[in-house]
Amino acid sequence: MDGNMLIGILAAAVTAGTPLLYAALGEIITERAGILNLGVEGMMLTGAVTGFIVAVSTGNPWFGALAAILAGGAVSLIHAILSVTFQANQVVSGLALTIFGTGLSGYLGKSYIGIPAPQTFSKFPLPVLADIPLIGPVLFNQDALVYFSYLLVPVIWFYIYKTKHGLNLRAIGENPGAADAVGINVFVLRYIYVVIGGMLAGLAGAYLSLAYAPAWLENMTAGRGWIAVALVIFATWNPLKAVGGAYLFGGVDALGYRMQAMGLDVSSFFLKMLPYIFTIIVLIFATTQTNKKHIGAPGALSLSYDREER
Amino acid sequence: MFFMVAEGLVRPAVSCITCQGDAYMTQIPLVEMRGITKRFPGVVANDNVNIEAYAGEIYALLGENGAGKSTLMNILTGLYRPDEGEIYIRGEKRVFSSPKDAIDAGIGMVHQHFKLVYPFTVAENVILGQPTSTFLDMEKVEQAIEEISQKYGLWVEPKAKIWQLGVGEQQRVEIIKMLYRGANILILDEPTAVLTPQEVRDLFATLRQMADQGCAVIFITHKLHEVMAFADKITVLRGGKSVASLKKEDTTQEELARLMVGREFSRKRIPRKPAGDETILKIENLHALNDKGRKALDGVNLELKKGEIVGIAGVAGNGQRELAEVITGLRPATEGKVWLDGRDITNRPPRQIIDAGISHVPEDRLGMGLIPNLNSIDNVALKCYRSQEVGKLLLDTACLKERAAKMVADFNVKQASLYMPVKMMSGGNLQKLLLAREISNNPRVIVAVYPVRGLDIGATEAVHELLMQEREKGTGVLMVSEDLEEIFKVADRVAVMYGGKFMGVLPVEEAEVEQIGLMMAGSPGVGGVAS
Repeated sequence: MDGNMLIGILAAAVTAGTPLLYAALGEIITERAGILNLGVEGMMLTGAVTGFIVAVSTGNPWFGALAAILAGGAVSLIHAILSVTFQANQVVSGLALTIFGTGLSGYLGKSYIGIPAPQTFSKFPLPVLADIPLIGPVLFNQDALVYFSYLLVPVIWFYIYKTKHGLNLRAIGENPGAADAVGINVFVLRYIYVVIGGMLAGLAGAYLSLAYAPAWLENMTAGRGWIAVALVIFATWNPLKAVGGAYLFGGVDALGYRMQAMGLDVSSFFLKMLPYIFTIIVLIFATTQTNKKHIGAPGALSLSYDREER
Repeated sequence: MFFMVAEGLVRPAVSCITCQGDAYMTQIPLVEMRGITKRFPGVVANDNVNIEAYAGEIYALLGENGAGKSTLMNILTGLYRPDEGEIYIRGEKRVFSSPKDAIDAGIGMVHQHFKLVYPFTVAENVILGQPTSTFLDMEKVEQAIEEISQKYGLWVEPKAKIWQLGVGEQQRVEIIKMLYRGANILILDEPTAVLTPQEVRDLFATLRQMADQGCAVIFITHKLHEVMAFADKITVLRGGKSVASLKKEDTTQEELARLMVGREFSRKRIPRKPAGDETILKIENLHALNDKGRKALDGVNLELKKGEIVGIAGVAGNGQRELAEVITGLRPATEGKVWLDGRDITNRPPRQIIDAGISHVPEDRLGMGLIPNLNSIDNVALKCYRSQEVGKLLLDTACLKERAAKMVADFNVKQASLYMPVKMMSGGNLQKLLLAREISNNPRVIVAVYPVRGLDIGATEAVHELLMQEREKGTGVLMVSEDLEEIFKVADRVAVMYGGKFMGVLPVEEAEVEQIGLMMAGSPGVGGVAS
């Protein structure tokens, strides 16, 4: 394996990892607020199809991305209403959201299958940074949405751990009763963070249909939403660790295609299976590790909060 | 005065007021609640309650479990909204629609179950919800915490995570949290429940310091000696109503005990034939630990006769629950014996004890007694599924349904359908169903813990009648109750529990309310017929 090929695989890992990263960041924010949203797959698909349709009709991928963000947020609002206001079972509501998103995107995208995206997010090197050996071509010869994710990760990390609002966010996820008692509006904040999570999932979907594989295909997320949910656990709800996880998964994804391209005699089904097997292995490893270190899920994750419950 | 321990610590209320020197503070209560009523489905938790608290004083809100103390304070802190009634802060009417409103009005509450975020540090918990700049400056917060710590003698390590702290320290964090928020009305719910005696003294020294600086301190408790030791004024709640507001100087521990359990009641007894002579259940020098590993039973002795009801009186938390659990096999005895019909059943598994003929009506009827989400048939089946009649390998559902239907009819349980989850039923009907199930085994002994708590008059009557019917059949009944009226009405003998021991066991006809009040407060009685 020569240097160029390694760079190629690493760069592809970053590209393939970016939609996972966006979705995982969104889910981290949602789960930090104590709400489990298993509708990531559905929100991504809705984002992907909306982004693609808007990009096709306006000719501008940025409008597409914006529309995807709004669509993801809108779908997640359903989950927020069900789980925060009506205190529904979050697992059921999330699964329903995935089913709904899958169906909705299939219906909306029917006539867009096979249409090429007119304008996509294309790769461009960042001046100076792209010239750094190894790191340059891997990290700084990407598209705008990848660069945006580089900015987003530290911002979210700083927000969660270093700001007042982040403290409130973590508090409503750990012990909403305690947060409520000191005057934090648990209900409003949970709504906000569920919707922000949905927006990022929508953007993750748009990345797939406008940058990664610029086209619309029914069910094109192919389980990436679920991998993102697993990634959140792997990252122990920490956005910085989510980066490593996302690129690792992206790498496994990319490796499959490369091995096919290199003409290795491996079944393509096996290669497609790799990320999912990897997910299971990593999850087993990650859970045993986190259990040892006592850094588990937010204390109130997936539990409805009812102020007058006795 | 009767209470020597307390004298040194208690300052007369008068000096507290004068030391303020601020005239209006002494005239207008810092906080006043008028005519507060709060209903929960099936329960009136607060019924036209009035309290007022002035700056510079420590108030005790005294009452049994379920008297409505916590509900009242949850209303004051904005967690619950009252159905009726008004709240005045410094004479100004306020409506709290959320805890934030209450905090803004200067009300700080230390809940019985601390409202702390366990993975957070002390400083993070203190700053939580505070209007600070977006970017957290933890050093500044830590400094402020240390200042408060020094001022009031509330030492904690600001950088420590909450889960690393002991309960006493966690409570200090809660108090610091309130002080940091500038609370001048401090409410503590059962603050001493988790503390050691030394920690209790330190806590009240701190609270007194706060009162001296112009705070009003309200603490909720059911411990009489604490009230007499540390409070300036006392409001007694009973059955959701405020029954008396007194100055500490004007009352005694005995009077408070009577107020808590009810002073004016008819000593109406259900007529009965005398109990048998044969001893069914014999408890000998029984010892056991509570959930926290402290001593809960400290040498209990009792002989329960055939066809006799013994009422166990006492302030909750003196070992009543533990006693019931040891007898029914749910809690190990560390010492002593329980004999049923001459057979040693000490520390036997619950199943053997059930088979031996002991039925249990637990305190928590919807948590431990019945399964809320199952219907009546399944709940009834829980106790008879092992019998051959309802099937060997597979359950005979028709037979089970018949049994449940018979119980529902015989015991007059009102419900929409046998197939409805029992959680939809009212407390009275739940209790009747539970009793029906427990009685259907033809037990030798029934252990009933607070069997009528939260029930209305009709259901209470029905439950008492059922217990009397069992008595007539020769069953021995051990009835834990916090209501003396109930004991006088139903029981043959009364055993008063205090500190894990019986202060006395005496026939109800000979018992005087004053005498029982005294025993509930820890004075040994004269009627030593226990063993």
